[in-house]
Amino acid sequence: MSELTNLYQEVILDHAKRPRNFHAIENADHHANGYNPLCGDKVTIYLTLVDDRITDISFQGSGCAISTASASILTETLKGKTRKEAEAIFDAFHGLVTGQSVESAGGPVLGKLAVFSGVCEFPVRVKCASLAWHTLRSALEGSPAVASSE
Amino acid sequence: MATTRDLLQAPVIEKPAPPASFDVRRIREDFPILKQKMHGKPLVYLDNAATSQKPQAVIDSLLHYYLVDCANIHRGVYLLSERSTQAYEDSRVKLQRFLNAAEPREIVYVRGSTEGINLVAQTYGRQHIGAGDEILITAMEHHSNIVPWQMLCEEKGCRLRVGPINDRGELILDQFEKLINDRTRLVSVAHVSNALGTINPVKQIVEMAHARNIPVLIDGAQAAPHMKIDVRALGCDFYAISGHKLFGPTGIGALYGKASFLESMPPYQGGGDMILSVTFEKTIYNHIPNKFEAGTPNIAAAIGWGAALDYLTRVGMENISSYEHALLTYATEAIGQIPGVRLIGTAREKAGVLSFMLEGIHPHDVGTVLDQEGIAVRTGHHCAQPVMERFGVPATVRASLAFYNTKQEINALAAGLEHVKAMFA
Repeated sequence: MSELTNLYQEVILDHAKRPRNFHAIENADHHANGYNPLCGDKVTIYLTLVDDRITDISFQGSGCAISTASASILTETLKGKTRKEAEAIFDAFHGLVTGQSVESAGGPVLGKLAVFSGVCEFPVRVKCASLAWHTLRSALEGSPAVASSE
Repeated sequence: MATTRDLLQAPVIEKPAPPASFDVRRIREDFPILKQKMHGKPLVYLDNAATSQKPQAVIDSLLHYYLVDCANIHRGVYLLSERSTQAYEDSRVKLQRFLNAAEPREIVYVRGSTEGINLVAQTYGRQHIGAGDEILITAMEHHSNIVPWQMLCEEKGCRLRVGPINDRGELILDQFEKLINDRTRLVSVAHVSNALGTINPVKQIVEMAHARNIPVLIDGAQAAPHMKIDVRALGCDFYAISGHKLFGPTGIGALYGKASFLESMPPYQGGGDMILSVTFEKTIYNHIPNKFEAGTPNIAAAIGWGAALDYLTRVGMENISSYEHALLTYATEAIGQIPGVRLIGTAREKAGVLSFMLEGIHPHDVGTVLDQEGIAVRTGHHCAQPVMERFGVPATVRASLAFYNTKQEINALAAGLEHVKAMFA
């Protein structure tokens, strides 16, 4: 597989064209905006927490294929997860896209997120892949500031 | 010790060779970087509006300075410093001729056009623009011709006015003229838009403003690489350019200012070289241009830029202009006819830039796929976010040309875009 097809895997292209959970959640108890000033990508993450568990999660925004697919797969992956599990998955995902760590046996399962393994070969695209995750963190923390993957 | 003043009188030793006929294959031989491959494909460099590549002559000049002529300027009584000073001031004379300024002392070295604009804002601006006054720009400015004025407005309570553009990306001149009023203290406009390629009718703008005694600054960063600039014919009061966009090194630029303006302006930064004498009671500032050049400048870059200007003079700016015009016409047709391409910026007068969207595909994805084909384009907002907003796009793909680009490279771009479309279909 070439680096390019490894970056734009079928799953990523599919989610970029048909993003899942792509809507606002009315009365979401957490939401945050993310912005990548470098490319103008914008994302808003909405979520509902019940007893620290994400019972509903969605997103809206505009961006490249990598950032849109990342946000879409994030929402699929994290529905039903606890805040703590979400944090651990973010750490594992961050390691994956920056090429700094490999999934360890004891760590959280990346599952479908493994399709982002090609991103580490494209350092300038790491921010695209991680924007939604930084925004998620802001949403969970209830931070009013706009998240940035800078 | 030789001062700038003495040296400005001295003749420039190097005489440009007679103009060679324009042969792009021979030109490309002068730019070693273009021989490279990227991801196994020949490099197709189409990001010239961000920075230009450097001819061997410039690289040799930088090497020569550090190998043979390195010393500080305007300081030493020794031969090495004299040589360094002479080469540095020779470049100023080359810049004067390149821009057709009346005198070399009207050329102030700065780090780039951004600093040139900031210099005017912080000196002329702070001196002459006050609460309730207005500065007039256009809607197609680079951030470097927006933010320095906003900073001044914040400090002084003046107001930034913006001349609108039409759907082609052209300045709407009659509306622009209506924004000139009794409170306007300065007009500052791009000669060529970096995001759209639009050539503004700067001569007309200067006439409009001068009819009301309002000075005009022109941001020439994107114009100077593509056309002959004649500041006296334009009549502008200030003209800012960047070395690295003009085939010279990074970290050097020039601000042209009419001597009468520069003379009356306060200094920009304080320090060495900008003074005639210093005591704790009183400091006497140096003459222009040194008054604006505190501290040790980027000597090597200034000298290297001089080599770039010699090179451009040999090739001929008129030759460059006509070659590029034909290439841009070819590129506009070749790229514009691809289904799904929407050109952003279709002004009747354009230079060097082809900005576009590919339907349903984000510019960043376009850029990444093109890169794998060896094609370097810029994707993003091009430091002109208000322009992106005007056209309702978050970003564009921008292919920007230089005189070493070829039709074959445009064909490679067109083929690359088909590849992008196939991938994201």
